[in-house]
Amino acid sequence: MSTTPTGTVIPTPYELFTGFLRVALCGFGGVLYWARRVAVEERRWLGEAEFVDVMSLCQFMPGPNTLNLAMVLGLRFCGWRGAMAGFAGLMVAPFLIILVMGMLYTSYGNLPAVQSVLRGVAAVAAGMMVSMGLKMALVARIRNILCLVGIAAFVAVALLRLPLVQVLLVLAPAGIALAWWWQRNVPASARRSGGGT
Amino acid sequence: MMDLLLQIALDFSVLSLLAVGGAPTVLPEMQRNVVEVHGWMSASQFTDLYAIAQASPGPNILIVCLVGWKVAGLAGALTATLGMVGPSCVLTCLVAGAWDRFREANWRRVVQLGVAPLTVGLMLSSGYLLTRSANDSLAAYALTGATVVALMVTRINPLWLIAAGALIGLAGLV
Repeated sequence: MSTTPTGTVIPTPYELFTGFLRVALCGFGGVLYWARRVAVEERRWLGEAEFVDVMSLCQFMPGPNTLNLAMVLGLRFCGWRGAMAGFAGLMVAPFLIILVMGMLYTSYGNLPAVQSVLRGVAAVAAGMMVSMGLKMALVARIRNILCLVGIAAFVAVALLRLPLVQVLLVLAPAGIALAWWWQRNVPASARRSGGGT
Repeated sequence: MMDLLLQIALDFSVLSLLAVGGAPTVLPEMQRNVVEVHGWMSASQFTDLYAIAQASPGPNILIVCLVGWKVAGLAGALTATLGMVGPSCVLTCLVAGAWDRFREANWRRVVQLGVAPLTVGLMLSSGYLLTRSANDSLAAYALTGATVVALMVTRINPLWLIAAGALIGLAGLV
């Protein structure tokens, strides 16, 4: 561990491992909240603005956002050993835990009590997903013409059940083209946000 | 068995590269593959696995571990998990350097702006499909609705809601 001029702390691979292990074990129903808390507030690996910047990459790239974050931060601070450490911290313990849960489900999944519990948890899990989508939809960045892309995605995937590959191949370029047009032709004052994050 | 593992690896590697925004965006596609295309399990079994993944710590992408486990045991769990996270991890590491370099570039802002609504649309699709396949009674829909309201207007830890859901389920109310 060493401190930079801006007051942030450069972690070792071991610290990356323990940091993301903490994120993994705290993160019930979503690890992103804990990733920010550990990386920015508790361990001070990076500042708030820097976190938003790194996160924008991690959200834009495919794959679980927090796992991408673990890899990118690991890579930045300690090269590939750091990336491996972040990956292991975030994935190994949860993998083993969920495997045990899976075994229990295989053995006891048909018991009426287990079925009842899972029905309740599944209803809550569905609600968690809906609220996450709604919260992201309320972010100013897409409260404009660009929301058409989101609506098209919903119709194609949820209602028409079209394969995702084709949907993304059409809608991703369409969204980017629309964003490009919107940025050029709508004056900045009329936009709710100037782009970026 | 080898064929099955290869199929799992292939399916999830493709999903890995499509998963812009993480597990939520590819959940509908995963369900379509696993339930409708391959017939590996029923839609309600898939929903059970998702509920288990939500009730466990860690990234909720680990539902793929359970899907792999259900289809082909431990080898399936490892294959599905590595298939799901491997390609995207490698890609992200490769792009990370370039991303920093183009911090101020306009095209980077345009790409972010254009992809954001897509991610949200896919997330809401996941929410819609989960709601449909998780719930078969009015009470269950009400529980989902109450969860949404609680998470939108309060800062409650979702863990409490999961615990409440388990209790309400156990009591036979949904």
